[in-house]
Amino acid sequence: MKKIKMIYLIVIMMFLYLPIVTLMVFSFNESKSMFKWTGLSLRWYKEMFTDTQMLSAIWNTFSIALTASVVATVIGTLACVGIMQMGRRSQTAIMGLNNIPLLNADIVTGISLMLSFIAFGFYLSWGTVLMAHITFCIPYVILSVMPKLKQLGAGSYEAALDLGASPFYAFRKVVIPDIKPGIVSGFLLSFTMSVDDFVVTHFTRGAGINTISTLIYSQVKVGIRPTLFALSTVIFLVVLVVLVLVNFVSGKDNGEEEFFYEVAQG
Amino acid sequence: MKTSLIELKNITKAFEDNVVLDDFSLTVNQNEFITLLGPSGCGKTTTLRIVGGFESPDSGRVFFEGKDITDVPPNKRHINTVFQKYALFPHMNVGQNIAFGLEISGKSDAYIKDKVRYGLKLVNLEGFQNRKIESLSGGQQQRVAMARAIVNEPKVLLLDEPLGALDLKLRQDMEYELIRMKNELGITFIYVTHDQEEALTMSDKVVVMNGGYIQQMGTPEEIYNEPENAFVADFIGDSNIIDGIMMEDRVVKICDTIFPCVDEGFGTKKPVDVVIRPEDLIIGKPGQGQMDGEVIHNVFIGVHYEMEILAGGFEWLVQNTVSYPVGAKVSMSVIPENIQIMHKPQTKEEEAIDTDV
Amino acid sequence: MYRKLMATPYLFWVLCGTIIPLCMIMYYGFTDRTGNFTVSNVLAIFQPVHAQALGLALLLAFVSTLICLLLAFPLALILKGSSWGRKGFIVFIFILPMWMNFLLRTMAWQVILEKGGIFNTLLTTLHLPTLDIINTPAAIVLGMVYDFLPFMVLPIYNTLMKIDDNVIEAAYDLGATKGKVLKDILLPLSVPGIASGITMVFVPSLTTFVISNILGGGKIYLIGNIIEQEFTTSANWNLGSGLSLVMMVFIVISMGAMSKLDKSGEGNFI
Repeated sequence: MKKIKMIYLIVIMMFLYLPIVTLMVFSFNESKSMFKWTGLSLRWYKEMFTDTQMLSAIWNTFSIALTASVVATVIGTLACVGIMQMGRRSQTAIMGLNNIPLLNADIVTGISLMLSFIAFGFYLSWGTVLMAHITFCIPYVILSVMPKLKQLGAGSYEAALDLGASPFYAFRKVVIPDIKPGIVSGFLLSFTMSVDDFVVTHFTRGAGINTISTLIYSQVKVGIRPTLFALSTVIFLVVLVVLVLVNFVSGKDNGEEEFFYEVAQG
Repeated sequence: MKTSLIELKNITKAFEDNVVLDDFSLTVNQNEFITLLGPSGCGKTTTLRIVGGFESPDSGRVFFEGKDITDVPPNKRHINTVFQKYALFPHMNVGQNIAFGLEISGKSDAYIKDKVRYGLKLVNLEGFQNRKIESLSGGQQQRVAMARAIVNEPKVLLLDEPLGALDLKLRQDMEYELIRMKNELGITFIYVTHDQEEALTMSDKVVVMNGGYIQQMGTPEEIYNEPENAFVADFIGDSNIIDGIMMEDRVVKICDTIFPCVDEGFGTKKPVDVVIRPEDLIIGKPGQGQMDGEVIHNVFIGVHYEMEILAGGFEWLVQNTVSYPVGAKVSMSVIPENIQIMHKPQTKEEEAIDTDV
Repeated sequence: MYRKLMATPYLFWVLCGTIIPLCMIMYYGFTDRTGNFTVSNVLAIFQPVHAQALGLALLLAFVSTLICLLLAFPLALILKGSSWGRKGFIVFIFILPMWMNFLLRTMAWQVILEKGGIFNTLLTTLHLPTLDIINTPAAIVLGMVYDFLPFMVLPIYNTLMKIDDNVIEAAYDLGATKGKVLKDILLPLSVPGIASGITMVFVPSLTTFVISNILGGGKIYLIGNIIEQEFTTSANWNLGSGLSLVMMVFIVISMGAMSKLDKSGEGNFI
């Protein structure tokens, strides 16, 4: 029985990671073909730094992801504090609204935002993509921070006021440190979702700009240049190394648990 | 003649490097209310889980009615458990919870209906069949858990600190309830608790455990009046535990004073531990008792006054219904039967007694 | 009191980013190019091309949701029981692949499934018949299962982890077999997670246009592909919005069903 379980786990893991390994292997392929292995080469890794179209896509992807997740984290965290003060009914209603972008289809979110941007005279560009990303990132922040805030309750904030702290001081010194794991996980989740997003970007980007995702999509039909494999491999490995390193530094006992928890708020 | 129902033979169990039970043996007789008493981490819950089949011992065997059941899974044992946090099935109502085990054993619908009603009556929850679990109070949930186990007519009922989460009044009610059920049902109860009062109130036999070893086993009276070692004396009730020297049979020297006692066979001039219960110390006028001293503390705790008396260089804990003010000079005496002599710990096994107090 | 005001930027954002855009779809869906009211955009779903695309999307979404459920439940059970089923690690394993671009991950299956691809080469060396599923609905289902499996595993795993071990032990104690525990304890108690997982797989599968585009060879049209084309190549926003409204009916139904089964919201995947 134990063996069967183990085999099942291994098969699922292979299913999850086989495509990733495949891409990594082909990023070292000498030829442009995705189907034939012609020899080991770092050609695509070199080309990565000279392809201007790609460099701008990288810039757009990460500038948007970083800005969107920072803005979403601030707005979302403030919102959680505000929502906590409201009555039960308004809370339920708001949490229902909050779930819409989360559960709704990406394509609907994308086209609805595109229609609104155009109707209100926004020119589709970097800015509209950013606003769209903030829109779908905020719910992740709220869903991460809200439970922490509920756990904390009003007690310690009021205790701080009782001991003479100003509301701002109490918020900064008592509330924020306690909900920090939620804030960090909300931020990291937002960042991940923003980098990985294609559909919403596709509809709100306009003609001028590309992110890594839209660049890949534009090449699907004509054949993707392995440079993109190389880029994705680099990104994946950097994230993996950072996660493992932080985990290693932050201690062996519960450090790891805490960190992964913060990364994805299990 | 009592017949043995469950026998644990030389059980050893370790979790990683932590040895919880070490060569542990215990016999439980038919229709007995036996309590495993000890501080947390003493191995009492592990013992219970081994009997229930939720843990398997690293070595040693478990026998039930003479048959080796060590490798029998919990669902094949005629033993039921009442869990510490009740472990009721949250998605079923009260009736469905109680019927769970009966349905598995394939009883007829009419029988199950009858039995559920009987179970609820037994725990004073008539008419609660259709209530949701989340709508019940802690005490009611506790009773449902009890009914759920009892309706299966197990030969043995295991209870893991079932009263721990209840408030004092409710706990006392439940203690009487349990005694009544045990007498009515003729089931053997194995009860785990860290509360000495629960243990003394309900049990036929108390097993005091610490560090994975049995410290003492006996009736509640034996455990209370004749603790075999300092751990038991300290854990059960309040007590004065003093160094003494056994001068000869029936004579012990404590704080340079000679006391007559009733213990024999400790040798001559041997250091021993002496236990005297606070309520056994008799207070009198100075010079009229065995030792003179001075009251240095006095607190009223309801039933009596609790005082500390400095005498012979030792602070004695004394309980008396008469209050003596702080600073009063008094004398103390104790009758020979109330002096309990114990060996000083020597072996490794006995040292476990002292380390975890 | 002023603390309530801290939610103002968020509420403004909800209004502008969620409510107004949804109203825009409604507006476009029920008007024609000149702005007059019409229901023809919505009724267009009954045109054979559109109806077929919707039907196929529903079918494939249903199949892939079912497969995800069948794969995920035993997986979550194993993870719950295993010693390395520590929460952070499990979440890590399933979130990490997201750092490899979603489009590329899906693309990779093309490479793997292609006639001369890795998978078939392997089958040939093992003297097994080759599997030509690329550019078929089967390949699309595979892509959906691959992309959305984590959204099924995580909520189920989360609800399973919330079940008190004593409750399971109590069932065994009362004589239940493993099958009975699974059927009467584990399954009913993980309903919130299952409901949440079903929605989180069904909705994106129903509405995808990327997976069908990449793994269907551009010849298989799901409702998502039709809508996407109305907004990009055909530029008939009214028709696209009308069809979106029809699609959203199914989304709302599945969301409603979920909130009914998962009242306390404990099946959230994060």
